[in-house]
Amino acid sequence: MQFLLSPWPWWLAGPLIGLTVGLLLVLGGRNLGVSSSFRHLCTLALPKSRLPYLAHNDVRKQAWSVLFVFGISLGAFLAVHFLSNAPVEFLPAHYHSTSGALKLLAGGFLVGFGTRWARGCTSGHAIMGLANFQLASLYAVLSFFAGGLVAAGIALLLNGGLS
Amino acid sequence: MSRSHVADTRLNQFMRAMRYVLIGAFFGLVLTKAEVVTWHKIRAMFYFQEPDLYLIIGSAVAVAALLVALVKRFKPHTPFGEEVTVPDKPMHKGVFYGGFLFGLGWFITGTCPGPIYAQLGGGEFFAVFTLIGALAGAYAFAWAKPKLTD
Repeated sequence: MQFLLSPWPWWLAGPLIGLTVGLLLVLGGRNLGVSSSFRHLCTLALPKSRLPYLAHNDVRKQAWSVLFVFGISLGAFLAVHFLSNAPVEFLPAHYHSTSGALKLLAGGFLVGFGTRWARGCTSGHAIMGLANFQLASLYAVLSFFAGGLVAAGIALLLNGGLS
Repeated sequence: MSRSHVADTRLNQFMRAMRYVLIGAFFGLVLTKAEVVTWHKIRAMFYFQEPDLYLIIGSAVAVAALLVALVKRFKPHTPFGEEVTVPDKPMHKGVFYGGFLFGLGWFITGTCPGPIYAQLGGGEFFAVFTLIGALAGAYAFAWAKPKLTD
């Protein structure tokens, strides 16, 4: 039990993430993907928007996506409260500040804009797409890492450190 | 594509919806226990300080590839009679431009889309800012889409 309460090693967590793809296919008939939920939440929040990307979006048919991301929150709640022997540090303390909030807003904007332009994120492209040997997903994943590594390089130049 | 022998009762409709909450909960629990939902792990990946994230994504893709191949081979139906299909993802320029922008945001926030929801459920209040940013970004994309190279 102590083993399960500690952070899980990669060889347990990785295959279980892969298993999620199979469960969602066989039980749900859906392909793993998370970032499309941003579009559906926008449509739900702005039902009268005339932007075609939001207006031409049958949210009833895509309701699974919103249910799925609600489930992700629920699972994290269970993991933190019933399956952990130490608090999980999601964000470092220095992000709990005004500058941290601004970083999260700006970075979040890039996450939302970028994943919708790329039509997928780490789930849809890096896991589902690569598992289905999609060339578009391979290029997407290489682009994700290019962006992340450029940002890492800039952060190193600006801060001279790894924060 | 529902089969006629599946009665469309209220319980049935409830379970149709609940399965996505349950599978999502499984996913969120695993992501949290793997700590891939933490800023620290994402930084450690981009600075090549830990191999964990690469091993997690690699082993997840390996297992998922096997399951996807089995699904394509045996073409099962869901318990509710729906067909299971794995459509191709068409190539388009957005995977490069959008992918790069997402990568920048991934590093800055230390969070990709799944973990945003996990952080919220796990009690990380500041993830609200990441989600608001992401929804604003998706809205900006909806606005800019006709002008962008697809």
